[in-house]
Parts: sequence; structure tokens; C-alpha cells
Amino acid sequence: MMNVREDDVLEAAARWSREGRGVALATVVETWGSAPRPVGSHLVIDDRGDFLGSVSGGCVEGAVVAEATEVIADGQPRLVSFGVADETAWRVGLSCGGRISVYVEKVG
Amino acid sequence: MDLAVLEALNAERASRRAVLLVTELASGRQRLVTPEQAPADPLADPMAEALRTGRSAMVEQGGERLFLSVQLPAPRLVITGAVHISQALAPMAALTGLDVVIIDPRSAFATPERFPAVDLRAQWPDEALPGLALDAFTAFAALTHDPKIDDPALEEALRRGCFYVGALGSRKTHAARLERLAARGLAGETLARIHAPIGLDIGAATPAEIAVSILAQVVGTLRQRPAARERAA
Repeated sequence: MMNVREDDVLEAAARWSREGRGVALATVVETWGSAPRPVGSHLVIDDRGDFLGSVSGGCVEGAVVAEATEVIADGQPRLVSFGVADETAWRVGLSCGGRISVYVEKVG
Repeated sequence: MDLAVLEALNAERASRRAVLLVTELASGRQRLVTPEQAPADPLADPMAEALRTGRSAMVEQGGERLFLSVQLPAPRLVITGAVHISQALAPMAALTGLDVVIIDPRSAFATPERFPAVDLRAQWPDEALPGLALDAFTAFAALTHDPKIDDPALEEALRRGCFYVGALGSRKTHAARLERLAARGLAGETLARIHAPIGLDIGAATPAEIAVSILAQVVGTLRQRPAARERAA
């Protein structure tokens, strides 16, 4: 499927959780500048690191997946920010000139 | 997020009902709010804004940061006419994220072979439309050239407030159509909402190019709704 819609992501999150997988849902809650994905965009991640959706068009998905693994393990939601002024964000490649805040929570 | 909350959220979406999800970022506590409940909520104002614009946003209340996520029904494109233009328009529209439904009572046109993977209704509009419940998140395109099929569907699309209504045909054809629809009791300002001749004027020459011009007009109408313009300004 070439175009994954937000509702497919939310449906996948519920389906994966029902299947007994550890699941985290990441949501873009704030953006500044030319962020690649709008507020409300979702990425769903399972405990094997499989994911669906997008929070940044590929810029920081890797870092969010890593964060999601922690969230699945300890159940604590986290708010993570990425931006060009941030050394980590630069390393993970949000060079698009924007800054985003992503809320990562466990499902189930 | 509790699985039960997520399942309830998905159920509202599947039923084409708008819904709000409030998340307290510090605690992770969440609640679902329906559009009917929103006016009585402490967050009534930002909720009204979110429901109007379709934009999710951070809000502050009592020193607490909350994320207000709004889910509006997916935009949908309903077409009368299982015609050549529709064969190109249906997959293009699906790629842009529109749910597509095609209505055509002519069973020689409305075949799965001509429209693989499309929600195809080989019915008259008066049979098919009640079940589809056209709404403000629906675009409608009349493409049959046959008033017996297009007119009742156009009337329904206008009366139910579809965000986009377009009709294929020349200016002359459209003038005759406006007279017929006026005779059905539709007001002039309502009829003025019909995009006709349908599609952006890009000099489209082939069915696929006409499909591009129609789809561009639908997307433009969806994304440049008055509320969205207001918000962007």
C-alpha cells in the first residue's frame, strides 16, 4: 500500500496490541518552523522495532523507535523534542530546519 | 493509552463520527470527548476550534499541558458514473487518501473488471445514497451525462452539505441542469456551489487528465476551506 493514513496507523496500534505485542504510539504534539509532518501525525512501534506511519518523514524515526522501546519496557510516557539546535537531533538528521515534540506512550 | 480507549476511538472513526482525545502529558491520563459533549467541557473553546479546523493542538489549563487530538472523518469521494474518467479518478483519489464510492445503475458499466478494488454500487442513486449518508466530509462528482442518474444525486449532495460538488458537462449542458435542479426546489445560491464545468481549467484532453483536474479541484476545496484559510492567516 503506497499511502498509509493516520487511521490505518491507529487501527494497526489496536490490532498489534490485541495480538499480544508490546506497542507504543508516538504522536507529534508540537512543531516549530518547517517541520515535515503536521501536529497529530502518528508512528506506531512494536517491541521488535517494527513500525508504521511517520512523525517526521524519515528524519527522526530511528530515534523515536529507540525511545519507544524504553516506553514499552517501563510503561512511562515520554515527551521528546528534536530540533536543529540539539546535538542529538542533528545526529539523527532533522536537518529540515524544523523542531518537533513527540509524545510517546504505551498502548494496552 | 488504554487499549479500550484506542478501540473506542477507532470505532468512532469507522462510523464516520468526529471525536476528540484529551491527553494530560504529565500523567498520561486520557479521555474521549464527542462533539456533543464538547460544549460542556472545560476545554470547550479549543475543542470547538479543533472540530472546526481539524487541527490537533497543545492547550494549557490550570498550569497543566494537554494535547487535544481531533479526529475528523476521512474525506470521501462519491461519484455517479462508472465511466472512463472514473476509471482513472478512482485510483488517483485513493492515493491521495480519499475513500471512493462509485454509483452507476448501468450494470454494463459498473463491473468489478473495470473497477478493481473500488466500492462499486450498481444501483440508482436513490437506492445507494441513503446508506452512504453524504456529509460535510464528502465530495461528490456527477460524471454520467445522464440527468436521470446525476440530478437526484446532485440534489442529495447539495442538500447534505458535501464540501465539494462538481458536475461534468459543457456550460450549455450545465445551464439546462441548473433549470432542472431549480425546478426541484434548490435555491440559486445552493446551485452556485456546483463546480461546472467540472475540474480546474488545465486544458485536460484525456479522461486521465480530466481526472487530474477534478482531483486537484477536490483537494483544493478540501484544503482551502474557509476555516483552514482563517487558521493559516
